Amino acid sequence: MIPSAFDYAAPTTVAEALGVLADAGDDVKVLAGGQSLIPVMKLRLADPAMVVDLGRIGELSGVRDDGDALLIGAMTTHHQIATDPLIVEHVPLLAQAAATVADPQVRHRGTFGGALVHADPAGDMPAPVLAADATFILAGPNGERRVAAADFFQGYFTTAVDDGEILTHIRVPKYTGWGSHYEKFTRVAQQWSIVAVAAMVRVEGGTIAEARIGLTNMASTPLRATAVEQALAGAPLTAEAIATASAHAAEGSDPASDLNGDAAYRRHLAEVLTKRAVIAAAGL
Amino acid sequence: MTITEVGRARLRKEDAHLITGRSRYTDNMTLPGMLHLAMVRSPFAHAKITSIDTSAAKSSPGVVTVLTGADVAAEQGSLPNVWPVTAEQKAPAFPSIAVDEVAFAGEVVACIVARSAAAARDAVELVDVSYDELPVVLDLEEAFTDKVLAHSNLDSNLSATWVFDSGEAGTGKPIAEALANAEVLIERTFYQQRLIPAFMEPRSIVVDPTSEQITMWSSTQIPHILRLILALTLGLPESKLRVIAPDVGGGFGGKLTVIPEEFITLMAARRVGKPCKYTETRSESLQSGHHGRAQVQKVKLAATKDGIVTGLDIQLLADMGAYLGIIGSGVPILGAFMYNAIYKFPAYRLECNNLFTNKAWTGAYRGAGRPEATFAIERLMDELAVELGMDPLEVRKKNWINNEEFPFTTVTGLEYDSGNYEAATAKAVELFGYDELRAEQVRRREANDPVQLGIGISTFTEMCGLAPSRVLGALSYAAGGWEHAQVRVLPTGNVEVVTGTSPHGQGHETAWSQLVADRLGVPFENIEVLHGDTQVSQRGLDTYGSRSLTVGGMAVLAAADKVIEKAKVLAAHLMEASEEDIEFTDGKFSVKGTDQSTAFGEVAFAAFSAHNLPEGFEPNLDSDATFDPQSFSFPHGTHLAAMEVDTETGQVTIRKYVCVDDVGVVVNPLIVEGQVHGGLAQGIAQALYEEAVHDDAGTLVTGSFVDYLVPGAPDLPHFTTARTETPSTTNQLGAKGVGEAGTIASTPAIVNGVLDAVRHLGVKDIKMPCTPSRVWAALEEAKTTGGVQ
Ligand SMILES: Cc1cc2nc3c(=O)[nH]c(=O)nc-3n(C[C@H](O)[C@H](O)[C@H](O)COP(=O)(O)OP(=O)(O)OC[C@H]3O[C@@H](n4cnc5c(N)ncnc54)[C@H](O)[C@@H]3O)c2cc1C
Repeated sequence: MIPSAFDYAAPTTVAEALGVLADAGDDVKVLAGGQSLIPVMKLRLADPAMVVDLGRIGELSGVRDDGDALLIGAMTTHHQIATDPLIVEHVPLLAQAAATVADPQVRHRGTFGGALVHADPAGDMPAPVLAADATFILAGPNGERRVAAADFFQGYFTTAVDDGEILTHIRVPKYTGWGSHYEKFTRVAQQWSIVAVAAMVRVEGGTIAEARIGLTNMASTPLRATAVEQALAGAPLTAEAIATASAHAAEGSDPASDLNGDAAYRRHLAEVLTKRAVIAAAGL
Repeated sequence: MTITEVGRARLRKEDAHLITGRSRYTDNMTLPGMLHLAMVRSPFAHAKITSIDTSAAKSSPGVVTVLTGADVAAEQGSLPNVWPVTAEQKAPAFPSIAVDEVAFAGEVVACIVARSAAAARDAVELVDVSYDELPVVLDLEEAFTDKVLAHSNLDSNLSATWVFDSGEAGTGKPIAEALANAEVLIERTFYQQRLIPAFMEPRSIVVDPTSEQITMWSSTQIPHILRLILALTLGLPESKLRVIAPDVGGGFGGKLTVIPEEFITLMAARRVGKPCKYTETRSESLQSGHHGRAQVQKVKLAATKDGIVTGLDIQLLADMGAYLGIIGSGVPILGAFMYNAIYKFPAYRLECNNLFTNKAWTGAYRGAGRPEATFAIERLMDELAVELGMDPLEVRKKNWINNEEFPFTTVTGLEYDSGNYEAATAKAVELFGYDELRAEQVRRREANDPVQLGIGISTFTEMCGLAPSRVLGALSYAAGGWEHAQVRVLPTGNVEVVTGTSPHGQGHETAWSQLVADRLGVPFENIEVLHGDTQVSQRGLDTYGSRSLTVGGMAVLAAADKVIEKAKVLAAHLMEASEEDIEFTDGKFSVKGTDQSTAFGEVAFAAFSAHNLPEGFEPNLDSDATFDPQSFSFPHGTHLAAMEVDTETGQVTIRKYVCVDDVGVVVNPLIVEGQVHGGLAQGIAQALYEEAVHDDAGTLVTGSFVDYLVPGAPDLPHFTTARTETPSTTNQLGAKGVGEAGTIASTPAIVNGVLDAVRHLGVKDIKMPCTPSRVWAALEEAKTTGGVQ
């Protein structure tokens, strides 16, 4: 488990990092928490000539109140996301999902931004971020640009981040007062999601006013379960109504088959887990 | 002798250094001028090697040399199999480095020797190997047809067919009769999936060739056997080799083996004349360390309508993988004597077909043959109960050997010395709350609860204490089964105990100290247990098969007794009394009927100073003993699992697990508890989590812990463990083995429980591991076939 030799830079500002990236050409990798990059380098599935470590750029870490949204630094760790008071108050879904990632060691090293740019279909952070309609802030040689969550995840391990760019922040709207739940299905406690469902619901009286549902590992990118969201909007707050709506969960999905289950099983799980996630989010 | 140590839950002596980072694993070893090895491995499961170009690798920075199979062909010989199960057994040559053909993905085709581990790893990619791919055979049933051959130079995949027939052996009736007259006949096929031992410390080897006696450190369970095999295979004088097993981080049978890398490291070190180290990566460990289980069991059970079993017929297909490991051929045979388990049915036949496939070779894995056997019979007892509409515990009671029937000679000819299945079962049933859980099960069924409850039972026994040498001889195993120990008495009366067992997590240092402390009256703290170095522990047969206490521990006791006999002679002389009048208790020699006494330490010093010894007395108290067991020991127990199955997702959870084990007399309850817990985890892992999966080309898909799912603490329930204590009568302590019990018992308990939860929905069987997707698929299939059994 020894990676190929590589050069290493540890810039202290985003500007400096962008400069190093620009000079390094295309055989370069950005290092965040290293929880995905280092294993693939050790297995020699990746052998970048240069690694640019973002770990010393203070401005990339932490959570800030930004009016109707939270501004989360890309280098904020899973552990911070799971426990940050602003997140717990305004977008508890993120905290709930981050708490299911791996084990404490990984959560203390792995980062929010790293998990999103890595874009593993089975990763737990993309679906909640998609459900929350977050905006990705990218810094590059031509300045800053913003990408909506719906456009950020482009395919299997592929995002809108271009060569030479860095994800600096994620702006997540506040969902204060919404109920939320992340329902993750695994075979052993510390495992990537076989399927998971991120649900946020706004309940008014006895009805579900609005619902936002994100699906993990139901396609090469995270998905919104729009058919379920539509069916839930205005539906009575009952287990039956939720179950009926959840039967649409797999519509438009394209899950993979692997050792943990085939596509048919994943479609079925999406329905069951959506029902459970929405019931829990609605506090039924 | 006052017993103060045996039975005491002492914390383990060996743990302090292990948990504070002062461990000495082989990979921690650094010797002056040491070079590093990396292996080039075949990506193909079956191929001809057409050429190997090492020139680029050889000129890579830091590389000292590159060895191919051709380079070492003259010296490397063939890794031996020491257990020819039949006289006709066939085995392909098993070179450390493949020469012409590779037969599994991960086989070594070249070895880099370099100045650093990184330089060695870099050069791996520079070795250019050309292969002509050959067809692969991966499935056991397909291997049995010989349509595709695992080795192009063998004309069949069949290595051997071994048969036991109680009619022919004279140990029971012929099976044909039992099958023909069966009122009830249960026929099933069970699949024992391939498992990977997955020990935490990957294998590592260091060889120092710079002195007259070459030293090898290896992360092995069997330093003594390894030395002998290295010497015989490479044609080296045994006396020129010293093998050390330093701290070893787990083995589970996976290090009861000799591996190509041990030979390669030794050959490389001798060639370059410098110390060499090889440490495998986790991926290499999973891919090319030996695997376990991997059997297809076609089983037929005959019974009467009253539930009395009248016969059992087994046809086994056992996967040897690509080569025969040292004892791979014998593993299924170890199970052959256990299919009858705790039951006393009259007729039994087993036919075992050992087959080659293009996968890593197989060998011992915790339980070795016995978990497979126990699974089959315990699953069948449940199937019989279902067939007859009886309670599965009731069926077992009708067939088991009653306590008053011991000693009992079974249908395989083994004599079970002792056992009390009634007592263990009664205790387990009570701790479990069997009747309440059965009632809850009925309620949930009636309510159509999405989470169904099942109760799984396993009443197991196993044979351990490997092994009476004459029995091993009869089974044509190459070596004996004795064990050796030495007790060395230092001038101060402190004691060194040298054992031929080779602990790698079992706690022998603690347990052996407890044994000797009671015998010699020497404080526990003043006893040091030495092991795992052929220069210190000059004779031994190492650790596996739950043998260490029941064989090795007995050798320790026998050696301690010889020390007492010697010391008595000297004590009598010192106190000017007659030898017959000397009594030894609690570390003191006293003269009967007087208040005269002398302490063990004083006698030890007198032996050392040697100023005043009886005529002809050699000035030392050290003693050796070698113990060869007369029979096996037969631990047993009753395990009960309450399993919950979420019928919406197929997810299985263990709600409650109760086991009552009878391992005879217990030396250290804490160690026994630890062995049971670890054993349960491994048995549960087979039932629910682990499986070595290959793709159609023979590449291991579960090549990392992302896919090979070893359960962790959060996946396992609280275990309720208890014991009954029926002493073994085959050793002086009354102990039985405990190392494998939990693993052997738990797998069928869990699977029986899963099936019991969903059988009323029409599910008849689920292959292991019972993953959520498999459980869900079985439920779906039952819906479409509509069939409630
Ligand atoms: C044992 C283990 C178990 C795990 N289990 C889970 C799990 O259950 N669920 C789950 O979701 N994840 C899991 N993970 C992955 C974990 O969440 C990782 O932290 C995450 O995938 C990557 O984050 P990182 O900060 O470590 O990124 P790195 O590994 O450092 O980087 C990942 C990729 O993103 C790029 N990158 C990182 N940051 C930026 C940036 N700011 N701008 C541009 N590119 C960037 C890197 O170049 C690299 O390609 C697990 C990891 C391990 C080791």
